[in-house]
Amino acid sequence: MSWNRKHLLDIESLSAAEIMTVLDTARAFKAVGERAIKKVPALRGKTVVNLFVEPSTRTRISFELAAQRLTADIINFSAEASSLKKGETLKDTAKNLEALNADIIVMRHSASGAPHFLARFLQASVINAGDGAHEHPTQALLDTFTILEKKGKVAGLKVTILGDILYSRVARSNIWALIKLGAEVTLCGPSTLVPKVFEQMGCRVTYNVEEAIRDADIINLLRIQHERQRKTMFPSIGEYTSLFGLTKARLAKCKPDALIMHPGPINRGVEIDSEIADCGRSVILDQVTNGLAVRMAVLFLVNGGQGPQEVAT
Amino acid sequence: MNSLLVTGGRLIDPANRFDAVADLLILNGKIAAIGADAAAKAPKDVQKFDAKGLVVSPGLIDLHVHLREPGQSAKETIATGAASAARGGFTSVVCMPNTTPAIDNAGTVALIRERAEREAKINVFVAGAITKNIAGEELAPIGSLKQAGVIAITDDGHCVQNNELMRRALEYAKMFDLPLMDHCQDYSLVSDGVMHEGYWSAVLGLRGWPASGEEMIVARNIMLAELTGSPVHCQHMSSAGSVQLIREAKKRGIPISGEACPHHFTLTDTVLAGSEKYWPTDGKSFTASGQNLPTWPSYDTNFKMNPPLRSARDREALIEGLVDGTLEIISSDHAPHCGYEKEVEFDYAPFGIIGFETELPLSLMHLYHNKMMSLTDLLAKFTVAPARLLRLKNKGHFSLGADGDVTVFDPDFEWTFRRDDSTSKSKNSPFDGWPMKGRASATIVAGQVVSQN
Repeated sequence: MSWNRKHLLDIESLSAAEIMTVLDTARAFKAVGERAIKKVPALRGKTVVNLFVEPSTRTRISFELAAQRLTADIINFSAEASSLKKGETLKDTAKNLEALNADIIVMRHSASGAPHFLARFLQASVINAGDGAHEHPTQALLDTFTILEKKGKVAGLKVTILGDILYSRVARSNIWALIKLGAEVTLCGPSTLVPKVFEQMGCRVTYNVEEAIRDADIINLLRIQHERQRKTMFPSIGEYTSLFGLTKARLAKCKPDALIMHPGPINRGVEIDSEIADCGRSVILDQVTNGLAVRMAVLFLVNGGQGPQEVAT
Repeated sequence: MNSLLVTGGRLIDPANRFDAVADLLILNGKIAAIGADAAAKAPKDVQKFDAKGLVVSPGLIDLHVHLREPGQSAKETIATGAASAARGGFTSVVCMPNTTPAIDNAGTVALIRERAEREAKINVFVAGAITKNIAGEELAPIGSLKQAGVIAITDDGHCVQNNELMRRALEYAKMFDLPLMDHCQDYSLVSDGVMHEGYWSAVLGLRGWPASGEEMIVARNIMLAELTGSPVHCQHMSSAGSVQLIREAKKRGIPISGEACPHHFTLTDTVLAGSEKYWPTDGKSFTASGQNLPTWPSYDTNFKMNPPLRSARDREALIEGLVDGTLEIISSDHAPHCGYEKEVEFDYAPFGIIGFETELPLSLMHLYHNKMMSLTDLLAKFTVAPARLLRLKNKGHFSLGADGDVTVFDPDFEWTFRRDDSTSKSKNSPFDGWPMKGRASATIVAGQVVSQN
């Protein structure tokens, strides 16, 4: 299956084969990253713009390094420093960037659907680096890549996503990717943040954390974004931790080979016990490493790359 | 002057339960004769309008429109809005008070009436605010507004949250026999919602606006109508629960009424996932026609309105409510916005769509051509029902001496709506490229043809 999309806007619209093309390409780029010379000329002469209308550090740095490893030129553009605050519309800002011959625009935005809106009128490729509560496709791709790398398969695995699902773009992208690749997805968290409507996407929803993680092969913890929560969603961080935090006692009842994932940044002592974050079953830092390879693959593919066969090894 | 003989049309007058091919004579702007009398009484040199093969209805009334003047004339003016209304077949409209400044003072009412007199060829009636600056805190000078000529009050676009204030507004308005209309939205439940809360809001990651955010206020209004004995008209109903509440309240004799807009009984929230998702699911009934159907992307802001498009079940309930008379009025909620205002991220786009020129065809398609109701019953929702609510004794019917406002239309005319062809100053319609059936042929106000398609 070769890749022929100009943009990466969401996982929902991708086929399983397309997801696998990205993962296979990422594997080839991961090998490149392990060499003494980590740079390839795949995007030489191309311009990538990191358009971050919502602040982000790790995703922006990951894309920045990925573009550099592909020999692209990269510009970072963040909302605070931009004219967006002076009343310029997103459309005008993006058109200005395109007038500078940007080839790829990587956008993070607090409004769901903003990258879809950009893609409608730009000639440049658009990569969604997280839009509101909608999707964060490269996060799901790197999570899936990590699962595949550690477990050798995705199909048939039991994956539990624990935390704030309602406002999480990571959750939505992971749900689509995992279901398309044949995993069984369970969602768990406070009922206000994990509405039953998510069952219609093909997941199981439960509010019993012990039951949710007992048979899980993968436990993916989502950050409780207290700054984004309306005060009505749950009483306190303390109550969240006591009801849903991944503690050593809870982990002891899980499968011994269950992997612990987290998109970061982690809140030690809130959604995860500090020791667990650093234990051998935690693949949190592998996720970061794999994120770089996945983002190289995505940049490469939206720029016209067809698949892993084209990555010079 | 202002005399016209409309000949050979199928004359439908819902108020008088009249439906037959007949001539209609307007003399000096008033209905003077119907049937054989008409030609006999007509002056020899009277101007004639041939309506053969067409339906001749009392002039259509749209009691819920935003003409944006004063203060927002980049979106629409009284002149352009009224022209679009005329083109859609409307002889009378009621403009909402959320202008800049709001219509909460006699001076603004006078300004609009004076400008409408000069620039609009149709009747533009004015709705005043319930509260000062439609802020929901203090009563607007309702008596002065009445004296200045408003025919209803509403805080449309906003909703009075304070129940005690709403109660007093109802009691106070009753003194003037002034209809009160309410945009039903509970702010705490709706919060920053931008679309219907359901499967698609979950998938698209957009903040949901639950149906109960409307139903809560509909229920409140029913209780206050009962308490005060003063009628409440619930604007643009969007949910099945609202229809059920109004239906039950009416059975108990409570003075409550409701209206529906064509977009709410045509579309569902699935449209926000894009046309690819909509046509095979909630839009299936359209695909049966085999016509070319338009496409649109996900997160299209031309589908963003308040209240939002809801589920297929809600859509069905609205149609049931229209059919059984629970909802007695159809309005457009014509809400123009500039292209650049809508060309932004979905969260940031203003709510609202234009609607004058698609209102009659969409209503004909979903209610008449679909065999849900007769033309007479459908036209009642555009004529006698709004006229009664607004106490417009001389409009909405063809009784002798009534105002000579007439809409002539072809219920079977097939055409495609193009938003760029709209007469409105704004083009924010979701129905671009949609096949339509039925269209106004001529709009006649006080015996004068003011628009012809």
